[in-house]
Amino acid sequence: MANIKRQYIYIVIALCIIVPLLTQKIMPVRVSPPVQQAYDTMAKLPPGSSILFSIDYDPSAQPELQPMLLAMLRHAFKCNQKVIMICNWPLGFPLGQDALVSCAREYNKSYGKDYVNLGYRPGVAAVIIGIGREIRDFFTSDYAGTLLDSLPMMTNVHNSNDIALLVGIEAGATGDVWVQIANARFGQKIVLGSTAVVAPDFYPYLQAKQIEGIIGGLKGAAEYETLIKHKGGGIAGMTAQSVTHIAIILFIIIGNIGYLFLRKKR
Amino acid sequence: MRTRVPLVITFITGFLIILGFWIPHDPVGDIQSTFLIWYAIINGFTMVLGIVSLVHIHTRKIISHKSGYGYSLILILSMLATLWVGLYSGIKYGDLYKIDAPFMWYYNSIFVPLSATMFSLLAFFIASAAYRAFRARTFEATLLLIAGALVMIGRVPIGDVIWHKFPVIADWIMEIPQMAAKRGILIGIALGMIVTSLRIILGIERSYLK
Amino acid sequence: MYIIGIWIAAFLTLCIFSFLYKDNPFYKLAEHIYIGSSAAYMFIYVYFFDVKPMLIDKFRTSVGFDKWILIIPSLLGIIMLLRVVPRIGWISRWAIAFTIGLGSGIGIVTGVHGFVLPQIKATFVPLIVMGNWMESINNLVLIVGTLTATLYFYFSKEHKGAIRLPIRIGISLIMVAFGASFGYTVMARLSLLIGRIYFLLHDWLHLVK
Repeated sequence: MANIKRQYIYIVIALCIIVPLLTQKIMPVRVSPPVQQAYDTMAKLPPGSSILFSIDYDPSAQPELQPMLLAMLRHAFKCNQKVIMICNWPLGFPLGQDALVSCAREYNKSYGKDYVNLGYRPGVAAVIIGIGREIRDFFTSDYAGTLLDSLPMMTNVHNSNDIALLVGIEAGATGDVWVQIANARFGQKIVLGSTAVVAPDFYPYLQAKQIEGIIGGLKGAAEYETLIKHKGGGIAGMTAQSVTHIAIILFIIIGNIGYLFLRKKR
Repeated sequence: MRTRVPLVITFITGFLIILGFWIPHDPVGDIQSTFLIWYAIINGFTMVLGIVSLVHIHTRKIISHKSGYGYSLILILSMLATLWVGLYSGIKYGDLYKIDAPFMWYYNSIFVPLSATMFSLLAFFIASAAYRAFRARTFEATLLLIAGALVMIGRVPIGDVIWHKFPVIADWIMEIPQMAAKRGILIGIALGMIVTSLRIILGIERSYLK
Repeated sequence: MYIIGIWIAAFLTLCIFSFLYKDNPFYKLAEHIYIGSSAAYMFIYVYFFDVKPMLIDKFRTSVGFDKWILIIPSLLGIIMLLRVVPRIGWISRWAIAFTIGLGSGIGIVTGVHGFVLPQIKATFVPLIVMGNWMESINNLVLIVGTLTATLYFYFSKEHKGAIRLPIRIGISLIMVAFGASFGYTVMARLSLLIGRIYFLLHDWLHLVK
């Protein structure tokens, strides 16, 4: 009991994911308070507000964060908000572009009028301070080289004062930089969506009201999908997630029973 | 030249950046903005530095036929292939990131699966590690184990089905004790970072010059 | 083209998964393709999102002082690259010093103003909330937890005597936080695996709708 071969553990984990995915059973998802807060913040914005989406992840977190990004973009377009996208993680840019273009097509939105993608700039903290002062210091043009002033929705957007909400999709510490600079210095309203690994680190910000909400991991994405009533990758993965969590807890219990037996024997 | 000049540059840059937060108007605010733009530009070059040293190591491996040089060749070839696809997409489509451009196809077909799968392997390792290392040996270890298990069960839909209080307990752990302890840890880290930054600006901490 | 892409992606996914059995040539092949393409992507990004818009385009459109001042960051960038030349590699310290100085300056301001002060401020919550005993308990845990966890990192005095008990409380709460983080980490890793297996079953094998 205290010594199950690792290969068996791997097989059990794989089966715990494959079988629920094949059965396609959907479980009801309960919405947690931080996700509800994030949703409410976005929903309460007046239509036509500018929302800045920051893509701070890359393909290593894609299965977890892409459903979240899609859900939030859908919500933003549904509420008729203007979406500005930037990227602080270079390798994540195409993921943001993919999601932005597909959601814009879904809601019949046009580039330059309803959404823009400004692309990536290196220097995280420097870029964030720059956006707080004058967005054109760092982004004179969009990702394709079109001048910002020639894009209708950007003519009146200059700095944090013109951005109603920042949505950071985070796989690392960039979210901290957003909070510590954009919120603390420029009073930017922020919602952070993140991988489950970094989500616990954002709770102190939520209690301190430095951010408006947290969407943590695939479960957070599933909760957001539930709120916007649009089934996506988050909800689809929840049954498999549930079963594997139970399997891991059982493994921990088995390991501890085996350990107790061994200790008694000694 | 080798030590003093960098120390002076560090001091002046750090000092002006801090000053720019207090005096955001010209000329200090302007200098701060200019420095930030320079920082972003230089940051790009640091990435190139990494790429240059990677190419340097692997080409040397190929030239000297060291063991595993075939893989180094694959690395260089995949690098060249990516650059070629990028160049081709840029010239033919004008927009590298057009949804139907070859560069995006290459990204979705090669880069995304490699990167995402590489990290997904950790799921197997963490499951195996949880079974092997998560033992209730001491009071603290037991606390860690119970908190971990409660959060794991409470954050998935099945927890709600088993007992409707599991999600409530998980939310409470996250929002109160977890948050309080994390705040303590993060304040400790922040204070350490502030002191280290100050030591760097004042030239006491010089390890970055080695 | 789409179908070929799916098959290539599936093959590479399986190559990486083969590492679970043991290190093997398929895994190594995939690993080296990954590193090579990552480096090339970085290179492309540096050109399209850094050098081109922030140097080349700006140099073309700016006039006078704004134009010529761009020579400084360009030089610092080139100096940074000299690190790979052993004889004159020390010059790269100038560029490094600039980035370190700037990072430190930002670190001090954001650390104090963006984290420590607001977090301390948020810890000042009422200990007794009339008519809501649960909130009173929560606030007590919040204050005690923050203070004792911070105290645990006080290493100037041996953890003995009067501070032993608060430190014991601190370490217990830190363990709860680590447990919660572990739970979340498990959740994250499994989500990634679910994503990849979903890709194989849905996009490649069409077994899932």
